[in-house]
Amino acid sequence: MGGVTVTPELLLFGGVAGAAALCAVGVVAFNNAIRSALCLVVNFFLLAFLYFTLNAEMMGITQVVVYTGAIMVLFLFVIMLLNLGGLKLVTEKFDYKRYAGILLGCGLFVVLGSQILPSLATIQARQLSPDLAKFGGPEAIGRTLFTSYVYPFEAVSVLLLVGIVGSILLAKRRL
Amino acid sequence: MNGVPLAAYIGLGMFMFTTGVVGVVIRRNPIVVFMCIELMLNAVNLTFLTFARYQMATYKSQVHMEQSLMAGQMMVIFVMAVAAAEVAVGLGIIMAIYRLRDNVDIDEMNVLRG
Repeated sequence: MGGVTVTPELLLFGGVAGAAALCAVGVVAFNNAIRSALCLVVNFFLLAFLYFTLNAEMMGITQVVVYTGAIMVLFLFVIMLLNLGGLKLVTEKFDYKRYAGILLGCGLFVVLGSQILPSLATIQARQLSPDLAKFGGPEAIGRTLFTSYVYPFEAVSVLLLVGIVGSILLAKRRL
Repeated sequence: MNGVPLAAYIGLGMFMFTTGVVGVVIRRNPIVVFMCIELMLNAVNLTFLTFARYQMATYKSQVHMEQSLMAGQMMVIFVMAVAAAEVAVGLGIIMAIYRLRDNVDIDEMNVLRG
């Protein structure tokens, strides 16, 4: 990537992206499930920041509310309910699977990166005009969701209903 | 963000996705496996939003730019909804297995019946 000039935005992005990548590694590397969950929370917050930098403000807010607010609380709830925080239940063993998995990951990253990244390295974002910049806001999202994407929206509502019923059915001792 | 090439965002998304794959393969705690799946879904979300923002660089007409911006964000909304449903059902299954067996090591779950 010889043609890339270092801008303040690039430095900021590098810091946030580095922290997010570090947290992603932490999710996998920590033995303690609660530490993994907290790493994931930090990762989601940093991702929300990156969504803001991509002019997707509404998605950034949704990321914080839905992921860090609802889904991670559910995770922590179940971890504490099952008392999985300690090491006594699931001990991570050193075996061939771990090395095979890390090797697989490195291979996947190298293959994907060598095929995809070189062709994208020089593409820069276009400056957004003010009337295009408002397309990350709630008004534009809502309008599109209820016009062009109304059938997928209905399908998702049915899916969520099925999810609610299913999880109640699974979690209840006796109906 | 202006001044950041497309490859930087895609590289981060790829790294997070790969980390999630490795986590799913090597971890034995089912809740951590779920977290790694969330990591992968978020990597994909980041990629969707990045392409929604950047692929406009090749478009000429205003309508196409608007459609590009909205389509990526719509996909992210649906991915989030599916992730929420998946987590609710998945954690319910983990609770049910734990109640049945008092052990949630994922390597020992090799039969579908209780």
